[in-house]
Amino acid sequence: MIHWLTEPFTLEFMQRALVASLIVGVVCSVLGCFVVLRAMAFLGDALAHAILPGVAVAYLLGANLLAGALVAALLVAAGIGLFSRRGAVKEDTAIGILFAAALALGVVLMSTVRSYATDLTHILFGNVLGVSAGDLWVTGALAVGVLATVVLLYKELLLASFDPVLAHTLKRRPELLRFVMLMLLALTVVVSLQTVGVGLVAAMLVTPAATAYLLTHRLSSMMLLAAAIGAACSVAGLYLSYYLNVASGAAVVLTATVLFLVTFVAAPRRGALARRAAARRAA
Amino acid sequence: MSASPRAHTMSGGNGAGVPRHACLSLTSVTVAYGGRTALEQVTMDVPHGGQVAVVGPNGAGKSTLFKALVGLLPLRDGSIELRDRDAEAQAEPIAYVPQREEIDWSFPVTVSDVVMMGRYGRLGWLRRPQAADREVVARSLEELSIADLASRPVGDLSGGQQQRVFLARALAQEPHVLLLDEPFTGVDVSAKEALLDLLERLRRRGITVLVSTHDMQTASQRFELVALLNGRLIAYGPPPAVFTPEHISEAFGGRALFLEGMVVIDECCPCPPEDGHGHGPLPGGHGGPA
Repeated sequence: MIHWLTEPFTLEFMQRALVASLIVGVVCSVLGCFVVLRAMAFLGDALAHAILPGVAVAYLLGANLLAGALVAALLVAAGIGLFSRRGAVKEDTAIGILFAAALALGVVLMSTVRSYATDLTHILFGNVLGVSAGDLWVTGALAVGVLATVVLLYKELLLASFDPVLAHTLKRRPELLRFVMLMLLALTVVVSLQTVGVGLVAAMLVTPAATAYLLTHRLSSMMLLAAAIGAACSVAGLYLSYYLNVASGAAVVLTATVLFLVTFVAAPRRGALARRAAARRAA
Repeated sequence: MSASPRAHTMSGGNGAGVPRHACLSLTSVTVAYGGRTALEQVTMDVPHGGQVAVVGPNGAGKSTLFKALVGLLPLRDGSIELRDRDAEAQAEPIAYVPQREEIDWSFPVTVSDVVMMGRYGRLGWLRRPQAADREVVARSLEELSIADLASRPVGDLSGGQQQRVFLARALAQEPHVLLLDEPFTGVDVSAKEALLDLLERLRRRGITVLVSTHDMQTASQRFELVALLNGRLIAYGPPPAVFTPEHISEAFGGRALFLEGMVVIDECCPCPPEDGHGHGPLPGGHGGPA
């Protein structure tokens, strides 16, 4: 059994994959709490797809893919913030337009490269086994930055998420905080690029956080539990990927989904069974 | 007209006769959403420590008025002045308790988390709550008799309890002016009495309070000043001067017939003065200078 557990990580690329997956599992899940509570799932997904052209340009120029993704994500986050502030079109419409356009632009750019099918697959669904030591440092630094910002601005982010009206009357600049949130989301998506890919990052943002939501009643405990769930699913997903020889990003996401389904049914207070029992008692 | 000594009769928009301790002064306040004007030319002074019931039909602009007062809605015209000795020293001079349905009750926060948010304005960015803040929170919870609920998630509470949480949060802001939007709506009689008791305690502490309501009976019996609103300020002053048949039919239009059946309003007032409007508590006049 011990051997079964340790064997995958005797390989150096698996060790790097483990560290990268843990980082992504934790950061996505913590940020995901805001995504779930503020109903921004669509936005997270859109940001993920929107970084594709940035990655494509970086790839064509032979530059760092993460750097390209970062620039694209920050640009699109700023664009969405700008569109929705003026209220010219509804926010989800603006997101939909930007996200589809960016995805199309990314595919167009990628299709100019001969090996584009393989590369596109890696970007869309991640390739955690190909993480280099350099990537790991960039990922780690971004993750620390995102988490530190959440810890420092916890009070403000809680207020702006729960009661934007009070945030406004207390001069807490909810629109500025929203912008900060968009930027953090963009960074998180970039961090997740190599492990789960743009196609699946939305699941990592939403699923562990939603599971934690069903089990807690404070934002701080929801974040801690979500981080633990995200980390656990990442490790479990890697084992599945290694032993069943399936795509790692998808394995992580499916593990998280199964955990969510179990929690959805069996959570002590908010689960389907508990709700049914409560309804029966009330009747 | 002999009103209670506290009930300053307001003057017209020219500013003459402004009470000595006006706390809140509105001058020609006009607010518009999109193309629609929700409030037009509202001019009124609220005395320091005064308690005003803001009455009017649905859509009269009661919530709009409050949102303008806390700066949530921009003014198209006019000005709002908070004239208070130490308004400058106060971090958050106005606390606002929104209507219940404007809050996301499924959010994972506990009662004490929510009340602590009332302290955030004083805390500044990045600063964590201190022992003094926790003390204020504990006191506010005591004041509303919900100390035993402190660690419960807000979503688990009854409607009346949730309202107390938000009142406690407003008190934790230690405001000079408290705005309560429809606090009597959807609460039972005992909760309403508890709220009126709280208002009485706040009166003794000199906190200025504005309460929006469509409960004209409570407004006339328990408030020293009433502002009758319907898109503009129809009348403002002590209840007997405001609740005249003319003003009520002006505020409620087609519904006046049904309202005139509610003689309760006329009976409760010591002397419904037929010439009430002659005393001039009609800032802004009929339609204003527009």
